[in-house]
Amino acid sequence: MYDNPDGVMIGLEVHVQLNKLKTKVFCGCVTDYHNDPPNSHVCPVCLGLPGSMPVINKKAVEAAIKIGLALNCKVEEHTQFYRKNYYYPDLPKGFQITQYDFPISSGGYVMIEGEDGELRVGITRAHMEEDPGRLVHEGTIDKSKYTLIDYNRSGMALIEIVSDPDMRSPKEARRYLDKLRNIVGYLDVFDGNLEGAMRVDANISIMGGQRAEIKNISSFKGAERALLFEIVRQKNVLRRGGVVVQETRHFDEAREITLSMRTKEEAHDYRYFPEPDLVPLKISGWAPAIKETLPELPDARRMRFVEQYGIKDDHAKALTSELKLAIFYEDVAKKADPKTAAVWVCDVLKGELNYRDLTVEAFKKEHMLSVLELLAGRKITEDGAVDIIRTLLDKGGSPEEIIKEKGLVIVAGDIVETAALEAIVENPQAAADYQAGKVKALNSLVGVVMKKTKGGADARKVREVLIAILSDGFYPPIEREKIEKTIIKIGDVMVEVSKPIANLLKKMGYV
Amino acid sequence: MWASINELKEKIHAGSSEEVVAEYLERIGRSKLNAFISTSGESAISRAKEIDANDIEGPLAGIPVAIKDNISTRCIQTTCASNILKGYVPPYDAHVIERLKKAGAVIIGKTNMDEFAMGTSTETSFYGATKNPWDMERVPGGSSGGSAAAVAGGEAPIALGSDTGGSVRCPASFCGVVGLKPTYGVISRYGLIAYANSLEQIGPFATSVRDVTTLFDVVAGYDPRDSTSVDKEVNYSSSLENNVKGLRIGVPEEYFGEGTDEKVEKAVRDSINTLEELGAKTTTVKMPHTKYALAAYYIIAMSEASSNLARFDGMRYGLRTEDSDWHTTFSQVRASGFGDEVKRRILLGTYALSAGYHDKYYLKALKVRTLIKQDFERAFKDVDVLITPTMPYPAFKLGEKIDDPISLYLADVDTVPINLAGVPSISVPCGFSGGLPIGLQIIGKHFDEATILRAAYTFEENTDFHTKRPEGM
Repeated sequence: MYDNPDGVMIGLEVHVQLNKLKTKVFCGCVTDYHNDPPNSHVCPVCLGLPGSMPVINKKAVEAAIKIGLALNCKVEEHTQFYRKNYYYPDLPKGFQITQYDFPISSGGYVMIEGEDGELRVGITRAHMEEDPGRLVHEGTIDKSKYTLIDYNRSGMALIEIVSDPDMRSPKEARRYLDKLRNIVGYLDVFDGNLEGAMRVDANISIMGGQRAEIKNISSFKGAERALLFEIVRQKNVLRRGGVVVQETRHFDEAREITLSMRTKEEAHDYRYFPEPDLVPLKISGWAPAIKETLPELPDARRMRFVEQYGIKDDHAKALTSELKLAIFYEDVAKKADPKTAAVWVCDVLKGELNYRDLTVEAFKKEHMLSVLELLAGRKITEDGAVDIIRTLLDKGGSPEEIIKEKGLVIVAGDIVETAALEAIVENPQAAADYQAGKVKALNSLVGVVMKKTKGGADARKVREVLIAILSDGFYPPIEREKIEKTIIKIGDVMVEVSKPIANLLKKMGYV
Repeated sequence: MWASINELKEKIHAGSSEEVVAEYLERIGRSKLNAFISTSGESAISRAKEIDANDIEGPLAGIPVAIKDNISTRCIQTTCASNILKGYVPPYDAHVIERLKKAGAVIIGKTNMDEFAMGTSTETSFYGATKNPWDMERVPGGSSGGSAAAVAGGEAPIALGSDTGGSVRCPASFCGVVGLKPTYGVISRYGLIAYANSLEQIGPFATSVRDVTTLFDVVAGYDPRDSTSVDKEVNYSSSLENNVKGLRIGVPEEYFGEGTDEKVEKAVRDSINTLEELGAKTTTVKMPHTKYALAAYYIIAMSEASSNLARFDGMRYGLRTEDSDWHTTFSQVRASGFGDEVKRRILLGTYALSAGYHDKYYLKALKVRTLIKQDFERAFKDVDVLITPTMPYPAFKLGEKIDDPISLYLADVDTVPINLAGVPSISVPCGFSGGLPIGLQIIGKHFDEATILRAAYTFEENTDFHTKRPEGM
């Protein structure tokens, strides 16, 4: 049982940008502006030119309902848009169209891994609003002589997901954020990799005191850091006999501290009132059909993976963290051993992808299947398999080509292996010297093998084979624990090798 | 110099649109009415030439039209009669402008108005007051005073205005022309620079009901860019009829209350008698919430305005003062860009929406609005149209009320309930008082423009008030 010693209560407001919609929320401007010049995706509506009027994007409403349903929310009978009035240069109309009373959905929850087992985090509401433009400064904000405004982002559809104050630690907040990204990512409405796709404001109080709202958090890690700092700050205030005041604080990412922006007295009065240019929408009828289109969500899929494929829960969790990865795994698992597939997709492929900042789309399912098949048939080593995966990611090609190129294949009676054995048998003293610790003795054996293979073998590979035979006492390096070792006499020299190799040498007539 | 659309068509047929347009431009050029903020002479002439050369057809082919300066016109300065939008040239056309261009109309200029349509006299314009063609010392009414004066003064055969609380009907009444405020949603507001979105409609002006109807048919119709636009094409020109037999007229006594000029009341009652003689039946109806309409109207209009006008910060278009930090520049732009009446309404609207006052004012006004709508719904169960004075009195003198905002607001008493209810209403000339025109207001059910146009047309066919013209033009 987690006793929450500081009485921490955290609630989060997360903005999800529906960047996978083709057009903005109230106009026809296309949303793929990320690689285009500033102010090139704008029109009278998203520039707020006098006389322009918003028209709701039906697809955005559908996406919002989808998100509401995925967060177990109730979709309201009808929904309405409001104006939130405040002045800021990135806000071209001097108000933001958002929702107030009658949001699209409310009263949901998500399950996360809490400090002491499963934790249910309530979702107060999930509503729609428009994104403002973006302020751009030359250099840093305090040194820049001017501010530039890029309205490409203006009018992008946002969903604001407001949680109940159910989280009791920064770690739980982080897990909630990961879970949220996970769930929303399944709905094919946003691309979490694009800049500004998810933005967080955090509310935190301790010991039943007033809450501070922290703004300007740009990453999940930042959220965790800001909250950690805020707990320490609020504890210090209390320890000094002070009172935590309700205020809005700004997170300074570089210094990892929060700074006061404005207190409750200075809080904005947004003067909400219904947007007269948008009529209320009756949406209760939309939900059932949209519910039909919801994919199997992460939690359900994770449980099914454990049950259906007998894989570890950790693997199932990691594999379902992204819809594409889950689909990739499942396609592979249907044609290969599901457990081995889980290990290779989860532990190896995902790591290599993360290291390269790539998504699973960068790797072909057929290649994963080939690698698993080659491993199962003991045609390649585990190291070889890793090598193939890395090479595929870095240079492309096919597993077969890479095996050929790198000589990764293990063939019984392989030339290199045979030559290595011959070299050992013909130079038992060198072999014994190496085993006795004279590392340099290996070089002469390598030289012999290279001569025998007329320079056709990969020297690195030759070393590997020789070391495997001489150090581990066996080759290939599989099922090591099952293989007994034996000492054989070659000429006058005693050499320790594995039984299979001893047998092989006998067959070859050397022993 | 005053000509109907049909007369102009004949003139164009016999001569050219270019001649017609040039004649109007010449008249505007030497006018003392100050009905226009800007004229689009060059583009008008070249458009007229184009129409002549290509025999472009359309219900308004080659016909000059004047546009209130709060309707967005591509490549033509659109100022809302405000200093803050001086030099603003929109990159797009309002829906009504697109439709006018398609119908072959030639835009000859942008007409004067009260700044941001906030006024009843066209005196709050940054570009100076417009004068009433019937008496150069009097106001033309407002806020679409420029459009009404242009039509009454023979400077445009037809014009568009906008009506938030009477801004088409009031100047129509004061200038002795016909002005229609359609049902909310019938004409797209896309491109109309908003004063109070939930109340306003664009409306046509002309010297006759027929020409108002022709212009209305051209500009009305569905536009997906305005979510409040109704999916309904209109064609009333072909069904105008000189017939009010059996028409049930309701006369709400609340509209003949204290403050109504005796001559105005007499002219309106005489007009009702005329219609009765032509076969209409009259009953008295009760509209008990009328007395709350003005207060509710001004709270709602100002609240919406306070938000609508927030975008004018000098950052993207319009007036820009010397660059400083955001708050300074923004404050300077608004301080020097807006006139007093606009500032007053922004302040009052901001107050009405503020925490602690929102429920007391804004929300209460919305509730009153519902009651007023119900007044109309109840009345229209028993009658087809309601008839009232458009304005309680004829045009007042320039400067007479401008320093007394409350008295100016009170002038809208007979027009604002119509906007709160969203029903259509037309003002037609129905008499004179001391040489100044009086307007008759005919109000209809939602989307029943057909009936009020028929009643107005019949009245016009059987009277000659609309044929009178001001002298000295």
